[in-house]
Amino acid sequence: MRKILNINVNGRERADVVADSLLLVDYLREVAGLTGTKIGCDGGECGACTVLVDGEPRHSCLTLAASVGGRRVETVEALAKNGRLSAIQRGFHEKLGAQCGFCTPGMVMASEGILRRSADPSEAEIRAGLAANICRCTGYVKIIEAVQAAARELRR
Amino acid sequence: MSERALSNVPAPAIGVPQPLIDGPEKVSGRALYAADFQSPDMLVGRVLRSPVAHARILSVDVGAARAMPGVRAVVSGDDIENTYGVLPIAMNEYALAKERVRYRGEPVAAVAAVDVETAERAVRAIKVEYEPLPAYFSAAAARAEGAALLHEDKPGNIERDVHFELGDVTAGFAAADLVLERHFDNAEVCQVQSEPHATFAAWDAEREELTVRSSTQVPYYVHLMLARTLELDKAKIRVIKPYIGGGFGSRTETLNIELICGLLARAAGGTVRLVTSREETFITHRGRPETQTRLKVGMRKDGRITAVEMETVQRGGAYSAYGIVTILYAGSLIYALYDIEAVKYDGYRVLTNTPPCGAFRGHGTVNTRFAFESLIDELAQGLGLDAFAVRRANAFKEPGFTANDLWVNSYGLPECLDWVEKASGWKERKGKLGPNRGLGMACSHYISGASKPKHWTGEPHATVHIRLDFDGGLTLLTGAAEIGQGSSTVLAQCAAEVLGVDIRRLRVIASDSALTPKDNGSYSSRVTYMVGNATIEAAEKLKTILSEAAARLLKVEVSEIEAIGDSFQCARLDQAVSFAQAAAEALKGTGALTVKGTFDTLPESWGGKKYRGAAIGGTMAFSYAAQVVEVSVDPELGEVKVEKVWVAHDCGRALNPLAVEGQVQGSVWMGLGQAMSEETRFHEGLPISANMLDYRVPTIVESPPIEVGIIECADPHGPFGAKEAGEGSLAGFLPALSNAVADAVGLRIRRLPLTPEVVLEALEKGAAGADED
Repeated sequence: MRKILNINVNGRERADVVADSLLLVDYLREVAGLTGTKIGCDGGECGACTVLVDGEPRHSCLTLAASVGGRRVETVEALAKNGRLSAIQRGFHEKLGAQCGFCTPGMVMASEGILRRSADPSEAEIRAGLAANICRCTGYVKIIEAVQAAARELRR
Repeated sequence: MSERALSNVPAPAIGVPQPLIDGPEKVSGRALYAADFQSPDMLVGRVLRSPVAHARILSVDVGAARAMPGVRAVVSGDDIENTYGVLPIAMNEYALAKERVRYRGEPVAAVAAVDVETAERAVRAIKVEYEPLPAYFSAAAARAEGAALLHEDKPGNIERDVHFELGDVTAGFAAADLVLERHFDNAEVCQVQSEPHATFAAWDAEREELTVRSSTQVPYYVHLMLARTLELDKAKIRVIKPYIGGGFGSRTETLNIELICGLLARAAGGTVRLVTSREETFITHRGRPETQTRLKVGMRKDGRITAVEMETVQRGGAYSAYGIVTILYAGSLIYALYDIEAVKYDGYRVLTNTPPCGAFRGHGTVNTRFAFESLIDELAQGLGLDAFAVRRANAFKEPGFTANDLWVNSYGLPECLDWVEKASGWKERKGKLGPNRGLGMACSHYISGASKPKHWTGEPHATVHIRLDFDGGLTLLTGAAEIGQGSSTVLAQCAAEVLGVDIRRLRVIASDSALTPKDNGSYSSRVTYMVGNATIEAAEKLKTILSEAAARLLKVEVSEIEAIGDSFQCARLDQAVSFAQAAAEALKGTGALTVKGTFDTLPESWGGKKYRGAAIGGTMAFSYAAQVVEVSVDPELGEVKVEKVWVAHDCGRALNPLAVEGQVQGSVWMGLGQAMSEETRFHEGLPISANMLDYRVPTIVESPPIEVGIIECADPHGPFGAKEAGEGSLAGFLPALSNAVADAVGLRIRRLPLTPEVVLEALEKGAAGADED
């Protein structure tokens, strides 16, 4: 079955004909052309596909596109304002929270979710908030520093 | 010409933390990886894989698949003549199996179709008849008397056996005060880089040319293997490296899916995207082999190691791949960490019906180092010596050659030991942490690039171009593959440092065979050392040209000109010309400039000839590392928790301290994964842990703080003294962990990973007094 999906992606209203079985990640990447959101596994293992749905982090590879009709979806492409990196993006860039960068969009969006919930997240909160995101490059040390740096910048 | 006052001495380009120059693309989602490429007419590639571990292929019938609407190409082993492989002396693999399959999941045929559903239906419509053959899933089974051969030219299913004995081993053991012999087991592990393998290939049917974007560490090898498999002139192929989601060695060799995608694109006369699932990425494998090590070491009361005897057996998988090199590294790099003379080594690389192993970060050295550093620790304990004292007692006296002729010019291990001993509070805290808590330490090292390339073409190891045009921008062209390790950044830093310019004047174009000079790629930690040196040479040439131009403008001798602060200055006149002014002057009469720098290794670094394969291990410089691991053990659950790691790494000179820290932390953490939880498991050759959860990649929750000390013992031939930073500190984690567990619970567990099951079993046996094996 196909139906029309009305959805707000990164602040733009869209209407697309999609199959019921289409995953949100495939919708974002293949239909909307937003390839910043990555596929790193066969479903729910790695978190590289993390996006915000109505502000909450969500694995877009475990979400049917048709199930988020009428909702607000934000991807990594939405964060930079007028082309300037957002606080969390700057944190990941400057603290080397991103090496190969493949897990980064998911990490950035999950971290954005943390920062929207808490202005001053503890290290334990950061670890809990990123527990579903796997990075294979950094050992996570600089990812924690990146989130802390972004939180500091946002509090200033 | 306008003159400017002398600027203040600007911040140097090297030795300062430099965020990656391609970082903004990565954090904003603009970075395009191979799977991100799309075109309106793109086809989807899918692979049919063998359901059996070892069989003769009686027939492959692609007729029904080919006839399906929406299917544009079907290819099988029948469409291929040539083998491929990473080692020119050991190419025995086909991109698609011919006549025989040798592991479960081996590609047999492939389809390009208009969409995923059609491609998957077509794959299922391919009929293959198999005649099963005996299959072996362990090295022991494959080596057993009477076992059928995987390859007719490999008797005993041995890919390569290595034997050497240097120095007087018998006398060495006789001179020892304590000799211990132990067995060590390492499970097989996989790189599990974040990005599943992907290739995007476009065939230009009119010109009969292929353009490929692929997730590779060595675009040059992909280029060579595409030419070989597709029987195409190399000049008809363009390989472009997009952003790469990690490698860790799995992508050093060309992978079958890269070749299959090229075959499909040509057969379909169009563009094909082939992206593997995570499960297929595990099956493609090329990880670190399951290894059994028997190690015997003799030590004197003063801590000096008198003799070493080691036997290593690696379960290599179904094809040659990198096997010869891995089994050679396992032996050769017993040396070069300590001053050791007498070593006997017997290595066996075994062919089995499992996915082929390959090069994995710390190639060949990691499981050897686990055994070695664990046993040294036990010997020290047996002789009542401190772990640090034993390492110091065996320090190498640089410069010099090891007994197997490896060249050591810089040696920062003593400084690494000092740093971690102090940072961890070893002296004050060791033995005083209370029950079930412990400290362990270990050392490790790694090469800064293999001194002999795989393809001995007579070309330099590295070639770099720097281009200058009317805009005054500098474009650095390199074949070195930026895969996330920061290679493009460090090359920009090297050029900026020489030219005295802001790093933002540099743009780096990495790895497009139509634009950039060939490079041997990102493996064996070669890029900073080799390509860095080539970059410095190119930048020096450009600096000379620009300094001459500045000297003409200022009417002074060129020797009076200094390149500094984005300008060319003459201190005597207290005058300067800007970079742009010097560039404009330099281009007069010649136009756009391209300068070239190259790097070649010195013959002293080529390793020895004392045994067959002794060149493996040869390098211009070794990095050194030491680490202390603090653990707590829950004796009820068998759970080991790593509380903290202190690691010191001698990288010669930290050109980018931020990236060095990141590389060292990543290395230690990757060692942690192998030591604590990771394992590829099979049932009758069927991968049963081919996802990131069952395979158990550590999450952020169980990952410890890792404190890094950067040690800078400059290498005389390194770029600004630098050597490698991305691999050397991995291996030390494994034994440091097992030594810490031994300190915590009094048991030496010689089998990794240290899962709760393994620890509990050992604790139960230990309670029964069955520690010694």
